[in-house]
Amino acid sequence: MRRQTWATTVAGMILSVASVSAHAQGSAAEGIARYREMLQDGNPAELTVALGEELWKTKRGPKNVSLEQCDLGLGPGVVKGAYAQMPRYFADADQVMDFESRVVWCMVNLQGMDKAEVIKHPYSGTGQKQTDTEALAAYAVEMSRGMPVAVPQNHPKEREAFERGRYTFYMRGGPYDFSCATCHGVNGQRIRLQDLPNISGNKADAQRAFTTWPAYRVSQGALRTMQWRLYDCFRQQRFPELVFLSPTSVDLITFLGVNANGAKMDAPAIKR
Amino acid sequence: MKKQDLLIGGLAVLAGCATYVAPTKEETTQVIKSSFKERGPAKLDRLNQTEIQSVCSEAQMTGKPVPKTEAEALEKKVLATIKYPADGKYLGDFKNGEKIAQTGRGLQWSDKPGSENGGNCYACHQISPQEISFGNIGPSLKGYGKVRGYGDTVVKYTWGKIWNTHAYNLCSQMPRFGDAGILTEGQIKDVMALLLDPNSPVNK
Repeated sequence: MRRQTWATTVAGMILSVASVSAHAQGSAAEGIARYREMLQDGNPAELTVALGEELWKTKRGPKNVSLEQCDLGLGPGVVKGAYAQMPRYFADADQVMDFESRVVWCMVNLQGMDKAEVIKHPYSGTGQKQTDTEALAAYAVEMSRGMPVAVPQNHPKEREAFERGRYTFYMRGGPYDFSCATCHGVNGQRIRLQDLPNISGNKADAQRAFTTWPAYRVSQGALRTMQWRLYDCFRQQRFPELVFLSPTSVDLITFLGVNANGAKMDAPAIKR
Repeated sequence: MKKQDLLIGGLAVLAGCATYVAPTKEETTQVIKSSFKERGPAKLDRLNQTEIQSVCSEAQMTGKPVPKTEAEALEKKVLATIKYPADGKYLGDFKNGEKIAQTGRGLQWSDKPGSENGGNCYACHQISPQEISFGNIGPSLKGYGKVRGYGDTVVKYTWGKIWNTHAYNLCSQMPRFGDAGILTEGQIKDVMALLLDPNSPVNK
C-alpha cells in the first residue's frame, strides 16, 4: 500500500516538473529541489531496516544461530557505529571488507550458509522483496546514523585498498573512455538535471555521497546498497559487470569512505 | 628518541605487522580484472586501456597534464585516423539527429543486443533551445552553426570532433562516437545536421 502511495506521489511530481518546461531551466531545477525536499518527509527504507533487524536477531542457517555474534570490527555483536567504520581489515578473514562482504562472511562462517547461494541474487528486482544482504545493510547503517565516518587506514591492507581504489576511480576504459572521475571529478557538474558529486576533489560532496548510501530509490521502489551503487555506475560506464563483493568494489568503497571521514552518517537516505 | 624508535620498530616486528608497500599499476590492474565478469556486449577486453586512456587517467589522477609535445604527437596520430564520409555529404536529417541526441542507450550490458545506439548528447550539452533537461559536462552547443558559421572548415572540424574528439583535445571526456563504433556514419550525419543545418532548431 505504502509503495503505491509513493508511486502516485512520484507520478504527480513528474507531471508538475514537466509542466514547467515552458519556463527556464532554473525553475525546473527549483521544482526538482522541492520534490527532493518532499521526499524527506517519510522514508520507506524504515520497513527494510525493520526487516534487517529481524534477520540479524533471528536464529538461521544450518547452525541455527543469529548474527548477534558477528564481529563488524568493534567486537562480536556490536552493530552501533560499526558501519561508519567500514571497510576495515579483519584478521580472521585476512582481508579488508565492507559491510556487505562482512555480513556475508558471518552468514557463511557463523550461520553455516552456502556462500554461492547467499550471493546469487544480491540485488532485489523491481517489485520483489528486498534481499537479505540489502535488509541487513539497511539495519546496520541505521545503527550508525549520526555517527562520524571513521574508515581506518592503519593496517597495510587498508592502505593498499585505498590506493587501488584511487587508481580505479581515475581509470578510463571501455568504448566510451569513461572513468568514475569523468562524472565525479569536477565541481558543479550535471548529467541532464542530475547534480553529480565531485567525489575526488570536494570534501563536502564526497561526504554527502558516502553518508547517504544505502538509500531508498524512489524511481526503483527499493532500497539500494553501496555495492549496488558502484555496480550500476560501472554499467553506465560501459564496463563489464562488477562482481558483488569483488576486491575492486571494496577498494572503491574504501577510497570513498576515507574521503568522507569526519562526516556524520545519514542513511538509509531517500533519493529520486 | 632513537631508543624509542627502536622499541616501536621491535614491537611492530613482534606483533607481526606487515609494512605498507604501495601496489603497482600491474598489481592493481590484475585486481581490477578479477573483479568483473563479461555480460552481453560488455566483454573483459574493455578493461584493457588504450594508450590515450592510460595517459589521460594518469594525468587526471596526478593532476599533471600530459606534456605538450607528447599530447600533440598523440593528437596528430588520431587526426590521421578520422574517416570522413565517402560520398562527401556531411549533413543528414536534423530531426533524426535530435532523436539520437536524446537517446542514451547503447553498449551497456543491460542494452538489448541489436538495438540502435544513441548519442546521449543532452547528458552533457545544451543543444536545442526547447530541451531544458541538459547537462553541463560539455560546452553549450546552442546556436552552433549560427555562431560558428556553416563553412567547410567548421563542418570538417565538427565531423572530426564527433568521430574522435581526441584529435583536438587529447584528454577530452567526450566519447569517440565514430572511432569506437557508437554511432554509424549515417547517424553522425544526422547529428551533424542538428548542429549545422540552418533550419535546425539549434540555429533558429
